[in-house]
Amino acid sequence: MDTEKKENLLSISASPHIRTGEDTRSIMLDVLIALIPALVVAAWMFGLRAILNTVLSVLGCLFFEWGYRKLLKKPDSTGDLSAAVTGVLLAYTLPVSIPWWILLIGDAFAIILVKQLFGGIGKNFMNPALAARAFLFSWPVAMTRWVAPLSYRSFFNPNLADAVTSATPLAALKGGALPQGLTLLQDFLGQVGGSMGEVSAFALLLGGCYLLVRKVISPRIPLAFLLTVAVLTFLFPKGNPRLSWMLWQLCSGGVMLGAIFMATDYTTSPVNPRAQIVFGVGCGALTVFIRYFGSYAEGVSYAILIMNAAVWLLDKALPNKRFGTVKEKKEAGKA
Amino acid sequence: MRHSFFGGIHPDDGKRLAAASPITPLAAPDQVVIPMSMHIGAACTPTVKKGDEVLLGQVIGRSEKAVSAVIHASVSGTVAAVEPRLHPNGQTVMAVVIDNDHLDRMDESVRSHSEEVEKDPDCLLELIKENGIVGMGGATFPAHVKISSALGKVDTFIVNAAECEPYITSDHRTLLEHPEEVLAGIRYVRKLLKLPKAVLAVEGNKQDAIAVLRDKLKGTSDIELLVCRVRYPQGAEKQLIQTVTGRQVPPGGLPADVKCIVMNAFTCYTICRMVRTGLPSVERVVTVSGPGIANPSNFLCRVGTPVKVLVEAAGGFLGEADKLIMGGPMMGSAIFSQEVPILKGTNGVLAFHSEQNRAKEFPACIRCGRCVAACPMHLQPLYIYACERKGDVPGLKKLNATDCIECGSCAYSCPGRLQLVQSLRNAKALIKKTS
Repeated sequence: MDTEKKENLLSISASPHIRTGEDTRSIMLDVLIALIPALVVAAWMFGLRAILNTVLSVLGCLFFEWGYRKLLKKPDSTGDLSAAVTGVLLAYTLPVSIPWWILLIGDAFAIILVKQLFGGIGKNFMNPALAARAFLFSWPVAMTRWVAPLSYRSFFNPNLADAVTSATPLAALKGGALPQGLTLLQDFLGQVGGSMGEVSAFALLLGGCYLLVRKVISPRIPLAFLLTVAVLTFLFPKGNPRLSWMLWQLCSGGVMLGAIFMATDYTTSPVNPRAQIVFGVGCGALTVFIRYFGSYAEGVSYAILIMNAAVWLLDKALPNKRFGTVKEKKEAGKA
Repeated sequence: MRHSFFGGIHPDDGKRLAAASPITPLAAPDQVVIPMSMHIGAACTPTVKKGDEVLLGQVIGRSEKAVSAVIHASVSGTVAAVEPRLHPNGQTVMAVVIDNDHLDRMDESVRSHSEEVEKDPDCLLELIKENGIVGMGGATFPAHVKISSALGKVDTFIVNAAECEPYITSDHRTLLEHPEEVLAGIRYVRKLLKLPKAVLAVEGNKQDAIAVLRDKLKGTSDIELLVCRVRYPQGAEKQLIQTVTGRQVPPGGLPADVKCIVMNAFTCYTICRMVRTGLPSVERVVTVSGPGIANPSNFLCRVGTPVKVLVEAAGGFLGEADKLIMGGPMMGSAIFSQEVPILKGTNGVLAFHSEQNRAKEFPACIRCGRCVAACPMHLQPLYIYACERKGDVPGLKKLNATDCIECGSCAYSCPGRLQLVQSLRNAKALIKKTS
């Protein structure tokens, strides 16, 4: 029978039979797009080297991900682009002057030790880029050699040996005073020394808006993070004008990159809405705590790493209320 | 829009394909296959044997069990076989096969009950039972059981015309073309329930039907038309109750626990037809649509008509159809044979190409939380998935896996392409096995 031939071609599966077009790859692509503004500013401030660092780091991460899974005969996962995102984020958290061999060690650490040894995407409990950054402080001098913005001889010269080094706004803030010789606008736009992808709060916020519009991230974690930092620094300005102290704290260092791109990393943040808010508040509070009382000038990466370790607990402790256990009275009254 | 529910999704509803196609009566096929299980509850025992002459509307199967629904012949003719046949659920189920004589000779029980019901609304319950009416939104729970368990215990009668499943337009067309019958059916049931008012809930994507209903309801107050937010699964019973009343059905509970009863609009239509003409549940409107169908249509067809006949009537497949679904794309089941019959609860037959499936060979959870954000039952599908993989039954219980309504919102939105509904079903089976 004619129909029987056709019938053999029908496939069956469990419902649902339609799915959203959005997949892991498209989400990661959106994150990469959202990171572009920060790269543009970094290239403008620090020259071609900023782009080369980023490209190298992405290639490094993709290579280590591909190589590890090849060696262990696991299906290739570089196509989901999550390794590329890690590569960009790691490059962004480092000084532009970082030697390339150190950058590649960071890539290997992030992908192999932090991500793949735990089972790959979705299984690691720490943010790979931040964990790698923390590890790279084994080379403290290279990690804190801050190049002054716009100090490169020519855009296309990646050699930064003769570039002027500068203090970062964070160093001044650590000392308890507002940075001298810089305007808040410069800090906001990114004309300051610092990790190459972190300098421009403006560019990162632009990327954050894109992610929000595309619904890649929810505003819960970033808002909770930023508001906590804002409130705490406003309340405890260390004798400085409250508002400018707060704004300097928000726009300097890794706060924006951390709040928008690092703390929102799916794998290492909670999935339950209430847990996400507590997670964001925790990140913000620890950031301020470390900035105020720690020995490092910057606290964002450690704050997020510490909160990463609490994700499992937060998700367990703060799930959504079970359907049908909420009493009706409150709602019915409005009808 | 008074209340709403948490989560849900907003997929492309695909309803434009068939929404403009009027309900076309389909000639009864030469042979119908009527399974003895078309409802939730005990299967019926055939009351006819091979070679028997049967009339349209004649009882051919019934069960003594409380939760069951009587089954009637949907054509007149000769019983060709009483044997297990392939059921849309993939199993073989006892069925009565009838060779149609194309005469549609009516059984004597098929006569108008309007006057009796007018005099004594309570006799409707027995009529609903005897005419085998089940929930026609797809759940197919016997209507008389639902009504009798709700009698005197409910204060809200909700008529579900949300039709939130993408592509399906059978209720939409019925509301548009037969509003008077739908409303009359609602009034019959409302009187039976002795409630002053019924709420007719329609999703906002059926504006033409809403306009017609508004017009018909002008000057009356016993039926309130509620236009709901277009969001899947708006038509899921628990979510609809939440939308209309703000109440949440407790875990493991029934709508009656929050003083509600929900009936599908097409069920009300069928009840009205039954009261007026005496015709039992032997016909229904089926949407044949989807990207893989040449001419998406809505047909009025006999229960027991093979799917093949409907697909052919809709112009056959368009391109290389990969999947044939009975019901909606979110909760319907894929069928592998076109020989299976249309059942009382079948609202759609959809054909899809392989592109719409978007399955992945190596699904991987990225913990994005979209499943948690989409679950209208406030569950955490990703953790349930993890526990199910490990066979961790205590963990599954703690995560309330049994609350799942299998709406598919989680799996739809999963970028890692996890088969979450399949996992949830398995999780429920695991819990059942160990308790």
